[in-house]
Amino acid sequence: MLEAREATLQQLMVRAVAGDEAAYRTLLTELSVSLRAFYRKRLVNLPAEVEDLVQETLLAVHNQRHTYDVTRPLTAWCFGIAKYKFVDLLRRRARHEALTDPLDDERELLGAQDPTSGDARRDLLQLLETLPDRQRLPIMHVKIEGRSVVETAQLTGISESAVKVGIHRGLKALAALVSAAS
Amino acid sequence: MKTDALIAMLAGQAGAVPRHTILRGAVIGAVLAGVAAFALMVWLLGVNPRLAAFLSLPGFWFKLAFAAALSGAGCVVSWRLAKPGVVVGGSGWLVVAPLAIVWALSILVLADAEPALRSQLVLGNTWRTCPINIAILSLPALAAGLWMLRAMAPTRLRLAGAACGLAAGGLGAMVYGLHCPELAAPFLGVWYVLGVLIPTIVGMALGPRVLRW
Repeated sequence: MLEAREATLQQLMVRAVAGDEAAYRTLLTELSVSLRAFYRKRLVNLPAEVEDLVQETLLAVHNQRHTYDVTRPLTAWCFGIAKYKFVDLLRRRARHEALTDPLDDERELLGAQDPTSGDARRDLLQLLETLPDRQRLPIMHVKIEGRSVVETAQLTGISESAVKVGIHRGLKALAALVSAAS
Repeated sequence: MKTDALIAMLAGQAGAVPRHTILRGAVIGAVLAGVAAFALMVWLLGVNPRLAAFLSLPGFWFKLAFAAALSGAGCVVSWRLAKPGVVVGGSGWLVVAPLAIVWALSILVLADAEPALRSQLVLGNTWRTCPINIAILSLPALAAGLWMLRAMAPTRLRLAGAACGLAAGGLGAMVYGLHCPELAAPFLGVWYVLGVLIPTIVGMALGPRVLRW
């Protein structure tokens, strides 16, 4: 069964790389389901971090997809990223906790710990606001408002190739912001 | 932002990722780093005046091959570590093999030599400056290598940094070999190895900070 899932996911990745948006969307959704379970199991004490980490990992999967070799199992590649992001979170938290007051623990106990599923604590849109215009505008128009590259180029006065580059660089910058912000 | 919205946003970016550009970039980077190291060697140290005579000596080619083997091993291991889910595995032997060969040869050479000449075989005339010069000549390659690794996704940052340092150190040792007058295997086994070890340790120390993504 696991092998069948691996084959399905790998097939989706091959199609996604070939430009099939629907396949890519299915793949990312499938991965998000697996990642959520993977992190939830490992972050029993930090449920609020789960969705943030799922989003951070999806962004990493997207930005690092050039490091995926189609002759290798997709699961191993994705697990490598998931594990890295998990260890990275623990390292960040360890550093953060070493600097914060132990009284925070008390407040944590009383604080609500039940975020709605699928909604991250950290808002990527807010982080997006901090990107420079040449990256932010293409992402806002093309990715969020669903305009075409041509329309975005006309609306913003940025050339078409610069819109594409802006999206690409912007998503990278967003990933960097995400791992720096938490 | 909901995760579903993020997925929708990313899905719109489906499409080919230019894979070959990475390898091409790596090759160009390595060549540029080699040229920079060579220029640095000519500028700081000067080419060995007896280089032309050295070209017919097997010891000279052995020295270059040893340095090249270490550099190549570092490149292969870095390339593997640059991708999530790929382990070092058997490629670790690529690092061990050249060291084992040089050390075995060193023992044979030292065992064969007159006891009074042994220290000369190990120390040569330039042992004081050899490791630090190799380390200096490896700097351009170390910087280029770490920069290239940043474009990939290493998950074991210390190890990836060390492998990158090994690749850079081997390249530095190769270029230094064009200046260095020493040819004895015991000299290589100690001072060249130390020289390569310096950028390896520097890479290992920088890895977690520089390669994080």
